Amino acid sequence: MSDKLKARVHVMLKDGVLDPQGEAVRHALGTLGFAGVQGVRQGKVIELDLDAADRATAEAEVRAMCEKLLANTVIEKYTVEIA
Amino acid sequence: MKAAVITFPGSNCDRDLAVALEKAGAEVVRVWHKDTDLPQGVDVVGVPGGFSFGDYLRCGAIAARSPIAPAVINHAQRGGFVLGVCNGFQVLTETGLLPGALMRNSGLKFVCKPVQLRVETTDSAFTSEWSVGDTPVIPVAHHDGNYTADAETLARLKGEDRIAFTYVQNPNGSMADIAGVLSENRRVLGMMPHPERAVDAAQGGADGSVLFRSLLGALTTA
Repeated sequence: MSDKLKARVHVMLKDGVLDPQGEAVRHALGTLGFAGVQGVRQGKVIELDLDAADRATAEAEVRAMCEKLLANTVIEKYTVEIA
Repeated sequence: MKAAVITFPGSNCDRDLAVALEKAGAEVVRVWHKDTDLPQGVDVVGVPGGFSFGDYLRCGAIAARSPIAPAVINHAQRGGFVLGVCNGFQVLTETGLLPGALMRNSGLKFVCKPVQLRVETTDSAFTSEWSVGDTPVIPVAHHDGNYTADAETLARLKGEDRIAFTYVQNPNGSMADIAGVLSENRRVLGMMPHPERAVDAAQGGADGSVLFRSLLGALTTA
């Protein structure tokens, strides 16, 4: 018996890793008159449709996917949500 | 000396790399990313520049997990030589054969121009024909060449004399002006500049040919 589950992975640069794209966005927001934007970090969201026995199995599998491919753990961190 | 040059979908410097190796005297075999073995007797694997898999997910990430990747990793772990240029450097960091990562250029622009490098070590088969402090001019062409590593890794690279090249004028924000790094056994080199685009006067300069000559020299006398 398997369930259809959705997983959402957020990949962000680790704290302390300079994010040139986030910096550019912050700068552009300032140019547009949005005052008070102290910092911008840009990341990505990856959604997966899964067939999995249960939520715990799905989460373990998605974490393995993050370690092997979805994130580069040298510079990125990730979080996994199962819905 | 026998070299294998890998082609991924989106590679665009594979032929240039093959020509540069041939010009230096190597026998070159072209290998497709879906192959799972390298040809027998390969001394050097060339991982070329380009935009493998459209730079999807991260530059080099998909290529580093392609069917040929385990054979390249094996080759390196057995002490074989590997040269990764530009996207090839990104692929090698993604496989873990080289430390660190290549991020978006700090100026956010694609930079495409000849740059002056500084040779930082001659203790490698790739750089032995230079002298430390030489400043060859070699073109760069990349959007993600901003080399990043944690402080500990950076200290190790410096301490172990594994920074092969730095930029005289940093075009991409890379840490410590790093343009190319060596593996622990000094047989894997990743570099953002394109030595294969500087092997003939008709290309505007031939400073890159020193790298191929060094490699051939090291491997034919070995």
